Amino acid sequence: MNALHQLPYRVLHRCRVPAWTIACALVLPGLVHAAEPTVRRVPDTIAQRTQACTVCHGQQGRATNAGYFPRIAGKPAAYLYNQLVNFREGRRTYAAMTHLVDHLSDAYLQEIADYFASLNLPYPAPQTLDAPAPVLERGQALVRHGDAQRKIPACVQCHGAAMTGVAPAFPGLLGLPRDYLVAQLGAWQDHKRRAVAPDCMAQVAAQLSVDDVSAIATWLSAQPLPPNTTAIAATATGLPLECGSGVHGGTPP
Amino acid sequence: MTARIVRITLGLLLLSLTAAALWVAWNDHNDATPSAAEPAWAATPQQVERGAYLARAGNCASCHTARGGAAYAGGAGIATPFGTVYTSNLTPDADTGLGPWSPADFWRAMHHGRSRDGHRLNPAFPYTSYTLVSREDSDALFAYLRSLTPVSQANRAHALGFPYRSQAALAVWRALFFKPGSFEPETIQTPQWNRGAYLVRGLGHCAACHAGRNALGATTAALELGGGLIPMQHWYAPSLASPQEAGVTDGDVEHTVQLLKTGIAEGRTAMGPMAEVVFRSTQYLSDADLRAMAVYLKDLSPHPAEPGPSTPGNPAQLASGEKIYARHCADCHGEHGEGAQGAYAPLAGNRAVTLGTPANLVQAVLHGGYPPATAGNPRPYGMPPLRQTLDDTEMAAVLSYIRQAWGNGASPVSVLDVLQHQ
Repeated sequence: MNALHQLPYRVLHRCRVPAWTIACALVLPGLVHAAEPTVRRVPDTIAQRTQACTVCHGQQGRATNAGYFPRIAGKPAAYLYNQLVNFREGRRTYAAMTHLVDHLSDAYLQEIADYFASLNLPYPAPQTLDAPAPVLERGQALVRHGDAQRKIPACVQCHGAAMTGVAPAFPGLLGLPRDYLVAQLGAWQDHKRRAVAPDCMAQVAAQLSVDDVSAIATWLSAQPLPPNTTAIAATATGLPLECGSGVHGGTPP
Repeated sequence: MTARIVRITLGLLLLSLTAAALWVAWNDHNDATPSAAEPAWAATPQQVERGAYLARAGNCASCHTARGGAAYAGGAGIATPFGTVYTSNLTPDADTGLGPWSPADFWRAMHHGRSRDGHRLNPAFPYTSYTLVSREDSDALFAYLRSLTPVSQANRAHALGFPYRSQAALAVWRALFFKPGSFEPETIQTPQWNRGAYLVRGLGHCAACHAGRNALGATTAALELGGGLIPMQHWYAPSLASPQEAGVTDGDVEHTVQLLKTGIAEGRTAMGPMAEVVFRSTQYLSDADLRAMAVYLKDLSPHPAEPGPSTPGNPAQLASGEKIYARHCADCHGEHGEGAQGAYAPLAGNRAVTLGTPANLVQAVLHGGYPPATAGNPRPYGMPPLRQTLDDTEMAAVLSYIRQAWGNGASPVSVLDVLQHQ
């Protein structure tokens, strides 16, 4: 018998002393109540509610970049929201994600997106080390300048010069595993990952060769984060392509 | 002598084949009601509104909408043991949808399981239940579907192997397992009970999952809503008549109402396919209808599940399971499987944990999931998918532990069980 169960009996024993009677009568109900199984509660927070997410994406959405799963902490809110909706609506295909969001409302997905977007946490060191110089050069050139002849816009035109994303809906490109970046560009080429039309990333990815994809992913995953890791505000200059998901709430009408 | 026996055998065989063919043809002829010329028809706003509600009750959109596609435009693939059945376009598009259909055509599909041109519909469309839907409700549903924006999306042919794709096979299946019917209220029961029976057995088509199916895919009526493994989904829809499963015969009607309305109630959670039913269908039903369904379900004749073999677990497996539980499960479900109020289901004494088959537990641990987000539970707490975290041996160990700890007396789970239910 554990200590909690023993308590009332000890008190009862002491209650034989008449002088204690009144005090015991007052104290006993509370102790008896405490001996019953108590209703267990967990924190009523969004962090607690999203433990289903952090098992893969890391505590607080800060995935290490050693594996496959992308970091979600600190990504722009509209970007995260669009991805959650895209998984639910089949524009992105990853069975585990679709299963989790299948029966969640837009409002709740927005709250989840806002929560992870609001986290500002340090990033780990870059994953890719000692990549061949020619691959890095090619990757850097494509990310920073694109290739006008092949109609490939520079990544930085939409994702920001610092590549930390542009609010509200363009994600940062740094701090992600190389495998994840390769898989995403490949999925866009195979129409396995889509966005609301006009699907600008699909158009960009279609122009990339296998070596382009490898070079871009290698270079991006080798870059450290700048001191300010948050997404920058959108600038007045226009985008190189029309993007359906460029605005908040990229769900079709 | 031998030749004579062969002749007699062949003769008898021929005779029985002829008799069977005549019987199939008779049944087939019997349920065919060709579409007659109808007077001009116009839906009333009340019918449209009523139909919208009934479409929720029947959860029509769930199957007749492809993921990310236009609502009711069809195209979703329903996996069956016989192949994939693709749902049809229910929007009033003139070329690809119900544009040319009349209320009588629609009634014929619901009641007789035949399309407008008379071809036999695949019973993945649960007309074995919908045949009980009244003509009035069928017309209201049709009125609602006619009010939708037409979407041009051609129906996709079913991907079924021979002979399942043939009309002849469907004629035989229907002769064996389908008879058009109508809902006859039981006069000794209350109107509430009858309303519940009408919804549960008709439009709600609860039997599509909560009844067993035979080798030809027909639901078995032997035990009403006696539970069944959902084909191709690896989820077991528990018996609604067994107190050891999901039966509510000795439960509180209000808990059933709450579960159907919000997705959680008194330590019970709608998971897997039932989460979808609550999310897309039952959360929208009126309290009166939910209560009627609960009253009817409470009155099902109880069929206690046969107690499974209470094999004691392997001590080494249970010890390993206990450690895994402490590391990965106890934070949410509690050290003693007591759960957390309003958030995580208790595992101690939970009927979903001690079901004869561990199918649902394997699904829950592999894939995790959220209860449905409903008006009554808009921000549910989620369960992480542990597929990346636990291997098959660890999963079997932790499930065995959960099924035997805290007075749960269910059989342990083997690695083979885990593999079979993936």
